[in-house]
Amino acid sequence: MKRRDFVKIGSSSLIAGCLPVSMVQLAFAGEQENFTFAYVSDSHIQHIKGNKFVRNWDRGLITAVAETNLLEPKPDFVMFGGDLAQMGSKPELGHGAELLAKLNYKTHMVMGEHDYYLDLGEYWSELFGPQWYSFDHKGVHFVVLNSILTDDEWTFNRWENGERRMAEMAGLDNPNGSPFMVGEKQREWLAKDLEKIDRNTPLVVFSHSPLQKIYKGWNFWTDDAEQVQALLAPFAKVNVIYGHVHQIQYNQIGNISFNAVMATAWPWPYPSTYAQAESHLPIMTVPMNRADPFNERDATGWQFMNMHSGRVDLAYNLYNNQDRKVVFDTSKGHPVDKGYQDESARIAPQKHY
Amino acid sequence: MKTKLLLMLAGSFYLMPLYAGDLGLPALPVPADNPQSVEKIALGDRLFNDIRFSSTGTVSCATCHAPEKGFTDSPLETSKGINDLRGTRNAPTVLNAAFNKTQFWDGRSPSLEDQSQHPFLNPVEMGLASHDPILEIVKSEPQYVAAFEASFGVQPDQIEMAHVMKAIAAFERTKIAGNSAWDKWYFAGEEDAISASAERGFILFLGNGRCVSCHVIEQDQALFTDHLFHNIGIGMNDIQPRISELAGAFLKAKAAGADVDIAVLTDPEVSHLGRFVVDEQLSSMGGFKTPTLRNIALTPPYMHDGSLATLREVVVHYQNGGVTHEGDPVNDFLSGGIRPLNLTDQDIDDLVAFMEALTTEGLTPPATALNRAEGSQRFATGVQPATSTGGGE
Repeated sequence: MKRRDFVKIGSSSLIAGCLPVSMVQLAFAGEQENFTFAYVSDSHIQHIKGNKFVRNWDRGLITAVAETNLLEPKPDFVMFGGDLAQMGSKPELGHGAELLAKLNYKTHMVMGEHDYYLDLGEYWSELFGPQWYSFDHKGVHFVVLNSILTDDEWTFNRWENGERRMAEMAGLDNPNGSPFMVGEKQREWLAKDLEKIDRNTPLVVFSHSPLQKIYKGWNFWTDDAEQVQALLAPFAKVNVIYGHVHQIQYNQIGNISFNAVMATAWPWPYPSTYAQAESHLPIMTVPMNRADPFNERDATGWQFMNMHSGRVDLAYNLYNNQDRKVVFDTSKGHPVDKGYQDESARIAPQKHY
Repeated sequence: MKTKLLLMLAGSFYLMPLYAGDLGLPALPVPADNPQSVEKIALGDRLFNDIRFSSTGTVSCATCHAPEKGFTDSPLETSKGINDLRGTRNAPTVLNAAFNKTQFWDGRSPSLEDQSQHPFLNPVEMGLASHDPILEIVKSEPQYVAAFEASFGVQPDQIEMAHVMKAIAAFERTKIAGNSAWDKWYFAGEEDAISASAERGFILFLGNGRCVSCHVIEQDQALFTDHLFHNIGIGMNDIQPRISELAGAFLKAKAAGADVDIAVLTDPEVSHLGRFVVDEQLSSMGGFKTPTLRNIALTPPYMHDGSLATLREVVVHYQNGGVTHEGDPVNDFLSGGIRPLNLTDQDIDDLVAFMEALTTEGLTPPATALNRAEGSQRFATGVQPATSTGGGE
């Protein structure tokens, strides 16, 4: 689509209202074919009993689905970034699938640890298919990884049942937990999958956990991140998009741009407001004001993504909060938060409660 | 415990009001370019009541904003204009509209001045094709000519709609009304001013009712609004399956130059899109302005479409988490602040009693009163001096 065409459509369509003009301009600076997709993640659908589910988590996913359906121009597809369920049960995954089925678009799924550790992904795979795969779309090679695996001893031998295993992996700062990893088998598959891809083809890799090491205690972490990055390094333009962290993060390592997406369920606290002890979160994590406890949707959201010249720009739809954009700055060679790129332009985080 | 807390609140927040009619209200915002004057207010009063400013010669501003009905057209669900044509919205009160940061249910007008020009031209309100007939009357009738000169220092050929709009706004700015039983209890420390039920209702209003998060009160005054827009589950339920189609069609029409004011008042489905028609934000879908709760008991029915008949029905709607009938599906775009409340029947009664205690002293809606003049006088106590600070728009 030519930029002129987009602007013409955009002026009479929803996207004109929810995306700032600056993003549209940047998004169409390149020569390659542009397209958009939406990204919904971390809905944590939680079963209470019978046909009762936690209302708040249901509402987050329902709203994201309804809003995504209103997008114009239509996104080419929707990604769901993992943690559809809270404790991985059939009712949770089934109910989540039912809510996602209302999307008017082709949907691709990523496995999250909350979907996996009850039955090791069995029911999820029955519903959604393979746990790692790749596909090509308009000149871009997309790869989906299951990055929340861990070692065999922890997975198969340590726990008396799946419920216990799931609960242990769901814990934060839990000494009984175990670091996530992609694992050797999948890395071999990835190496083979990438063999046939031209090094100048833009790559987009979706994982649930960050394919970089941020904070081990909350598994903002993938143990074999360096080995995965090494497989991606030969490519000119690589974008890694992950969920799990429930907050906006971005980073650049070599040719690889990293972007995190928001949850529809709840926000994790931001470093400067969380810091009960020294924060181990890296500088790339951008502070946001804490969520308004009255508004259940505050500091949650979903994102609209624009592929241009092989790079991903993210527009975050944040409900009660200020909408945000993280776009790839070609002159700087890394993603930039449009509202917060300079120290002087940042809104000071709220430090009191 | 409760009594102690209330005494503490009432005691620490007490502030001496300027005069009795103002109790509980902030300073009146008056735009720098439209200072209040006695002449201008009287002119605005006359314009407000002039039925000739409609295509049929039967409808004035006061038709839908009648003083004896709390400056609404209660008990109509939606307003009735020329030829009995019905609009889509429940008439908002003029009382304390001077404090609103935006006007209309969807905030599509930024000020009282701007707002006043639109109903003249809306085909289901006063139905004029243009403002020219108004200007012809005010430029030719001696009383109007004299009043415009006294108010603005203009000769007949210099009179413009801007003057008409300013005069109407100046008149509306006198319709401020605080001094309710609750104000006396809360701000003036009169312990017996409200019933025990209303006291309990106020605690619920602050607490389990979750009301105060949007119907905001301050330490020294209370307007009972956050001036924001929220989808609380009114209207959207009816159009949910067609949202995509409706929103898309509306935006195309708007981009092609359609009049938003006409679209929202003539098409009930477009009306339910709420704030979205103004700012085109997904998060504004089905959102409507938080109305003040002052004098709310005077103006049933309630909500932007008048779909709830009583204050009790309103509380039950919130109790159900944003649906009028328990068990109905919740709309996809519901505000994150709305959720089921788990109130008891007694709690609901207490919340209603609290809202009934927000009626300005001396204001009771006479069932059959049609005496405009008396109504006007009754509200004339709120006139502010022309030197009022403000410009809070």
